[in-house]
Amino acid sequence: MDIALGKEDLAFAERMRSFFRTEIPAEIRAKGERGEHLSREDFVTTQQILNSRGLAVPHWPAAWGGQDWTALQRHIWAEEMALAHVPPPLAFNAAMVGPVIATFGSEELKQRFLPPTANLDIWWCQGFSEPNAGSDLASLTTRAVRDGDTYVINGQKTWTTLAQWADWIFCLVRTDPEAKKQLGISFVLVDMKTPGVTVRPIRLIDGGYEVNEVFFDDVRIPADQLVGEENKGWDYAKFLLGNERTGVAGTGIIKARIARLKKVAAETRSHGKPLLEDPLFRARLTRLEVETTALTMSVLRVLANEAKHPGKPDPVSSVLKLRGSELQQEASELLVDVLGPAALGYRETAKVSEGFAALPDGAVDAMPTYFNWRKASIYSGSSEVQRSIIARAILKF
Amino acid sequence: MDFDPTDEQRMLAETVNSLLDKRYDPSGRLKLLDSELGWSRELWQQYAQLGLLGLTFDEQYDGAGMGGAELATVMESFGRALVLEPYFATVVLGGTLVAQAGTPEQKAAILPKVAAGELLLAFASTEPGTRWSQTGIATTAARSADGDGWTISGEKIAVLGADSANTLIVSAVTPDGIGLFLVDAADVSIDGYPMQDGQRGGDVLLVNAPAQLLGTSANAIDHISSVIDVATAALCAESIGVCERMLWMTVDYLKTRVQFGRPIAVFQALQFRAADMYVALEQAKSMALLARLSLDDDDPAARQRTVRAAKIQVDLSSRQIGQESIQLHGGIGMTMEYPVGHYFKRSAVIGKTFADTSELIELVGADGGLIG
Repeated sequence: MDIALGKEDLAFAERMRSFFRTEIPAEIRAKGERGEHLSREDFVTTQQILNSRGLAVPHWPAAWGGQDWTALQRHIWAEEMALAHVPPPLAFNAAMVGPVIATFGSEELKQRFLPPTANLDIWWCQGFSEPNAGSDLASLTTRAVRDGDTYVINGQKTWTTLAQWADWIFCLVRTDPEAKKQLGISFVLVDMKTPGVTVRPIRLIDGGYEVNEVFFDDVRIPADQLVGEENKGWDYAKFLLGNERTGVAGTGIIKARIARLKKVAAETRSHGKPLLEDPLFRARLTRLEVETTALTMSVLRVLANEAKHPGKPDPVSSVLKLRGSELQQEASELLVDVLGPAALGYRETAKVSEGFAALPDGAVDAMPTYFNWRKASIYSGSSEVQRSIIARAILKF
Repeated sequence: MDFDPTDEQRMLAETVNSLLDKRYDPSGRLKLLDSELGWSRELWQQYAQLGLLGLTFDEQYDGAGMGGAELATVMESFGRALVLEPYFATVVLGGTLVAQAGTPEQKAAILPKVAAGELLLAFASTEPGTRWSQTGIATTAARSADGDGWTISGEKIAVLGADSANTLIVSAVTPDGIGLFLVDAADVSIDGYPMQDGQRGGDVLLVNAPAQLLGTSANAIDHISSVIDVATAALCAESIGVCERMLWMTVDYLKTRVQFGRPIAVFQALQFRAADMYVALEQAKSMALLARLSLDDDDPAARQRTVRAAKIQVDLSSRQIGQESIQLHGGIGMTMEYPVGHYFKRSAVIGKTFADTSELIELVGADGGLIG
């Protein structure tokens, strides 16, 4: 793969690699490598180290902590971070609300929110999806009614990731129920401590609590927590979702998981020899590696193309999301297959009782991750939505 | 990082495409297919005049001194038009073998003639019963009685371009390893046939055929491997041209074929399959690009692994795109008269050239894979 990169880019990658592997606490990276759950504190510690070195929000405007990097350098930054098992800056802050405030917010909102957002002093969560607004997000019905200097919000959001840790939520709300559905939506910021906000956890099939429902009952927020203009929220949401065209591929995460499962497969014996030498297993693995390498090259092609022809819409970003999520899922499944019976017990930790053998790497997280990553082809535009986008682009109807 | 074609490559593509657009309409191609030779000597001379037949040879041998990227440019265009001339056999395989393994005298004797369109080559390596093995072969070379040259005995199969080649480059077992030999086509028996995709080839029987060692060493396996890498990258590029045509022909068909009172493109079941074809094509393009970039890799093992990986992806994608393009066309896709089936046939043959997907997966896997 290195053959596709220039000398300067390889040097940049090396710089990132050594930073991530020396400056981020080893115990946090080790947790990431073993697939253990990270605490809120782990995320905050990591992001604050990154932020102190200008590496938390490189894609923001330079005035607010961004770097004058190329899109390729940002990709290398993200990929090296994943390969080093460093938890990335919180996407809701760094990739979503931050860029929206920086691009569409008032000077006052920028001053107030951007520094603590970059530093994860404020933990944001995303209030977009609703029980009846999934792929058809624009049909959302959570209402915000202007009342003097305030908005009064009523409704419900769902699939709100890590709302239990969040300080603030950014929401799409309907401010004009008469307008065509995309035209009556606004983008507002809500303090989670505001009276009337209730969080109810949803337990997912992996056994964990990652997402929540968030209810709004007569939640009154100051009108200056509207971002940009009223009824322009859909444009901001589209900007936010289109912001990260290549990160959706998740190539770093896939490669890290492949490297990990190869290690485990080398230490797992099957029919008297290491599983890694079993031809059938190796065939599945190799095919996954080839497809992942192809996806990585596709990312580089999109980046190279964007550098030359900026802003040109391109269904290839749908290809990246579609294939990226499928390959993440395949990689997660393959680790389960490597472990075999060792993957079957549901355990909270890798600790074993006195006298029992140590668990192989992955015994705790392989199967839950396999369950959990089924989400990858559902969120951020399901695979079916992506296929529709591609079909529209090539069939031009 | 810039993957766009250079101005020179763009001009090369335009030149080749404008010739092929004129000369390779589907009905003209069908006529060529049915002709005795199976391709056009007149077009061959035009390729020579455009410098395509010496594209990658050094200028001292009347070549254009270009590299893998330009070869890929030509091959992609050839794939798009389904060119029938023995370019791959003569220039990509034969020419590169001579350029890499030959002595200066051999290069001087052969390459200018190839570049001028006066000499056709073929690479005879695969044998009955050994699939794609380059080393597990039974053809043997022995020193001839006068001690100066060699004689070769054995049988080769599926030799692309064998029927029209003037000189064969034959691999054979020697005391030093697998050697490469120049053999005059007049000294062997050739059973010529059209390949399944319409290109011409044949089986070759050698009985004490007089031969000249190509190069100075009777162990040429490194040259063979390296030429197969170049040729595989070229096939990947050709396959992209083939796949692009299949995808866009299918897209056009979906938009124009009316059933149940509307174009069938409105049916989501078909839209999603077309979308998946596009995804497969993008993945293939990415790996075809990586294959040609990797030809510049100084590490031969890394180069070989990457090129093989590329062909795995390209063949998987082209198989999917090919099968789906026939299915989405319905009955018309099954006919010889409609072009899409010809592209499908070419992609099926590329998928079995040098190695198939299973073989390549095993080779790349046994080599430790690509990640981690």
